[in-house]
Amino acid sequence: MTGMTDVASTGGGPGASGIPSLWTVAAEAGDKLQAPSIEYGKLSPVLIVLGAAALGVLIDAFAPRKVRYSAQLFVTLAGLAAAFAAVIGLAASGVGTTKAQIAGMGALAIDGPTLFLQGTLLLVGIVGAFTFAERRLEPAANGSRVDSFAAQPAAVPGGEGEQQAVKAGWTTTEVFPLLMFAVGGMLLFPAANDLLTLFIALEVFSLPLYLLCALARRRRLLSQEAAVKYFLLGAFSSAFLLFGTALLYGYAGTVNYSAIARVVSGADATSDPVLADTTGNDALLLIGGALVVMGLLFKVGAVPFHMWTPDVYQGAPTPVTGFMAAATKVAAFGALLRLLYVVLPGLRWDWRPVMWGVAILTMLGGAVVAITQTDIKRLLAYSSIAHAGFLLAGVIATSEDGISSVLFYLGAYSFVTLGAFAVVTLVRDAGGEATHLSKWAGLGRRSPLLAAVFAVFLLAFAGIPLTSGFAGKFAVFKAAAEGGAGALVVVGVIASAIAAFFYLRVIVLMFFSEPQADGPSVAVPSVMTTSAIALGVVVTVVLGVAPQYFLDLAGQAGVFVR
Amino acid sequence: MSFPLLTVTAALPAVGAVATAAVPAAKRTAAKWLALVFSLATLVLAAVVLVRFDPDGARYQLTESHAWISDFGVRYELGVDGIGAALMALTALLIPFVIGAGWHDADPDPSPSSSSRGDPNVRGSAAVDTSRWRPTQGFFALILAVEAMVLVSFAATDVFLFYIFFEAMLIPMYFLIGGFGDRAHAAGEEEGAKQRSYAAVKFLLYNLAGGLIMLAAVIGLFVVSSDSLGEGTFSLPELLRARADGELTMSTSTERLLFLGFFVAFAIKAPLWPLHTWLPNAMGEATAPIAVLITAVVDKVGTFAMLRFCLGLFPNASEWATPVVLGLALVSVLYGALLAVGQRDIKRLVAYASISHFGFIILGIFAMTSQGQGGATLYMVFHGISTAALMLVAGFLISRRGSRLIADYGGVQKVAPVLAGTFLVGGLATLSLPGLAPFVSEFLVLVGTYSRYPVVGIIATAGIILAALYVLVLYQRTMTGPVRKPEIERMPDLKVRELAVVAPLVALLVLLGVFPKPLSEIVNPAVEHTLSDVQKKDPKPQHPVADHADPSAWFDYKPAGHGGGDHE
Repeated sequence: MTGMTDVASTGGGPGASGIPSLWTVAAEAGDKLQAPSIEYGKLSPVLIVLGAAALGVLIDAFAPRKVRYSAQLFVTLAGLAAAFAAVIGLAASGVGTTKAQIAGMGALAIDGPTLFLQGTLLLVGIVGAFTFAERRLEPAANGSRVDSFAAQPAAVPGGEGEQQAVKAGWTTTEVFPLLMFAVGGMLLFPAANDLLTLFIALEVFSLPLYLLCALARRRRLLSQEAAVKYFLLGAFSSAFLLFGTALLYGYAGTVNYSAIARVVSGADATSDPVLADTTGNDALLLIGGALVVMGLLFKVGAVPFHMWTPDVYQGAPTPVTGFMAAATKVAAFGALLRLLYVVLPGLRWDWRPVMWGVAILTMLGGAVVAITQTDIKRLLAYSSIAHAGFLLAGVIATSEDGISSVLFYLGAYSFVTLGAFAVVTLVRDAGGEATHLSKWAGLGRRSPLLAAVFAVFLLAFAGIPLTSGFAGKFAVFKAAAEGGAGALVVVGVIASAIAAFFYLRVIVLMFFSEPQADGPSVAVPSVMTTSAIALGVVVTVVLGVAPQYFLDLAGQAGVFVR
Repeated sequence: MSFPLLTVTAALPAVGAVATAAVPAAKRTAAKWLALVFSLATLVLAAVVLVRFDPDGARYQLTESHAWISDFGVRYELGVDGIGAALMALTALLIPFVIGAGWHDADPDPSPSSSSRGDPNVRGSAAVDTSRWRPTQGFFALILAVEAMVLVSFAATDVFLFYIFFEAMLIPMYFLIGGFGDRAHAAGEEEGAKQRSYAAVKFLLYNLAGGLIMLAAVIGLFVVSSDSLGEGTFSLPELLRARADGELTMSTSTERLLFLGFFVAFAIKAPLWPLHTWLPNAMGEATAPIAVLITAVVDKVGTFAMLRFCLGLFPNASEWATPVVLGLALVSVLYGALLAVGQRDIKRLVAYASISHFGFIILGIFAMTSQGQGGATLYMVFHGISTAALMLVAGFLISRRGSRLIADYGGVQKVAPVLAGTFLVGGLATLSLPGLAPFVSEFLVLVGTYSRYPVVGIIATAGIILAALYVLVLYQRTMTGPVRKPEIERMPDLKVRELAVVAPLVALLVLLGVFPKPLSEIVNPAVEHTLSDVQKKDPKPQHPVADHADPSAWFDYKPAGHGGGDHE
């Protein structure tokens, strides 16, 4: 970084570089304001999903109760599938590689990582919608099949209104538009190319998730507590992100990613006289950058910003937990990668040591604390923290390999997670899902197939060879070792060994323990949950045995457009 | 393209595993026969490998090479040298015996109250619907799965491919140890299940920890090779060639760290003192055939990998580590033997004896002489056969009395002479009686060690004296003396199935003991290659002898000074 250069002589601002930037253009000269040109084709995945979400709101408002479920399910799945097709179309026409560009007046970057993550998110959304729509697991009330969401979310838990709603067998379908809004925000999140878009995308996907967390049919107080915790801590992280954005704007005079990067590297300087006192002030850059990264690390669930994870994972309805665990991680890591690789590469020597510390804490913290857990959902929550640490090791590599390995890991991890949580929804007793680990004893005797499937997911989490978890772990560790983070790999390997212990504990419990006489039963799901689990197994095995095609895909996608 | 013999050999048991697992719950016997047929067919293929292998030919033969994960520089590369071919044959040879000996080990309990055969795990769970639980099919399918993975490990010439199967075989082993135990446990059903599960977890965590340390080293190897060669590779022939040509260079400290990463994993698997503590638990709690599978088959991958990967890839570091490794091996030899003397439990005794023997094998490998390494390779094969014989007969004995404690026996040879006789042969093979196969290998290891490290060789011979002690005391306490207990009076002798399992093993021990030449001929060229990797030559004998051994000699042994024979 250099200090300020002569503002007038450089012509000022990112406008000079030919990349349009909404924010800086507006700040520079009001009379040059031009009508925005939007690349609708390149934004079509996001637009389709948000359109379907809006349609879902209309359906819930106007369609009769009887048809809402099927209409919502159709709109959701059709919207996600169409958006996925759009992503494939964009990727096939080379938008991910050669034709990558900044779109939406500089607000969004449509490039390889964006398309890869959007594709992953849409698939996760489809599988998530399957588990949301499952109506075979809860006992039927008043002759109608119900799902895992509150019969009447507005009713007071335990109150009369709720009892009536449950008795009447009501179901509400607002979860589908909420899911779609969340997916829409997540699609934007890794694509965001300026800090304000990043913040808006964060809010668009976070708010529906806060609501979804509160909607559990059983154990509603726990669920609402989880939602409040998530909301409060999420609000903090949003505040951090926003404050950091303000400081970075003060530093660079722009919120555009590549423009900030140019100011950081000293190639460019801002011309805004209002900010003349603050631009180029390193303190603003460091504090602002740290705050923005903290906001993202919160969403990722990295230690020490992980406190919300176990409570929220445990309290939220399990289909929501599965979706959230998979999709939030994908979206947040995408955004984190872009921020660190596009905005702050010039600060590499400042943020790398800090991220080293965070990654080590996250890997070891997640793995060690998970050992003592007795609830399967909390256990998976801590395991997701440990996995965030492994992913951070790939992020720290600061190389193209680092990007593609993280992309691959995210794809592999999200399907294992979805599958594992889908299995959790099936193990039930009279009180709903039996999530306490002691109830899982002897599950392998009762239903060997389900236990075997869950064992496959656990082995993938543990990173045993021939599963996707191993291929992913190898990819990120390889990238980290090549990026000069060999010590981090050793810590990662130690954390993997610790993590293996608690995954195996569950396998021991399922296969080597006596089944309890009053143990849980395994519900027979509809084809939707079955296909979610089956897809999880297939992806786990295929990515484990023959990962080359997908590694190539992630490798091609591993370049950010600036 | 030539016929992919190695792939087919390794894939056949894998197919068998799937087929066996798919047999319906009620048709238990069919599953057993299916598994046996597949294991025998694999044996035939392994024999073909051994026959097709030309000792004077290229270093790696029957090679196959296909692209697999090019991003990681991983290829599907198979190929055997003499050591690999011999160990593949050993694996394929032992599995049918393991299956035959474990014929009834996984039968479900006919009635929960009777104390007859059956998996004790199922007991007490009559209230729960476990009709879909198929332990028998699972047991034999898992054995075949282990066989397939071990065969790939012995044939892999790609470090990554080896690593994957080295790790993956832990999973079926884990279920075999944890899921199937002896019918009667001294400490009761519940306690037995608990100890079994403890042993399984201990086995897995030790080996997984080792494997993960190795993973770090595997990644390090990739980084080193991509730095030096421009493109990362795991192909062993390619790495060895680059190493010899000086293209692949690594700093001294890097090489040492990578060596340690690999070596620790193999030393846990082997197991080498002080990383051995999982073995007595695992072998003690598993059924006798599974104990054989652990010590005679799976653990051999560890010592084999030391020879193939540690010495081949990191010759300088191997030399650097030799004093420490020899020291640890020596401790293993003596410590294992001493603890074996003090054991009260038959299976744990055999486990500690195995630790002692693995010490000998590692001693032979790191002595860096042709006799030492050739002897170590033969030792791997012969130890597999002799331990299988001893352990399987011990398993038959234990199944009759329902106890693993030595003190519960006595005078068995009076009521079951054949059982006692075969037990004695297995025991004598374990203590390396001349005329039985292990003698040849142990002798070679000691000669090889002595010629370079005389003091180590002399101390190691103490292990043989202790072996005589623990084997003979075991025989004396269990088989000789008066019959004091009524359970022993009623003890039946070996049945036809059991005899069919033991007799071929005993015959092999005698046959290879008097005529080991065919095997040593296959092994020796491979050993020479390994020695050239570490750029070692045999030390010159102090007293010159004829350079060329007589080709008609009963085995290729070049005398190297004095001292090797003083252990008899």
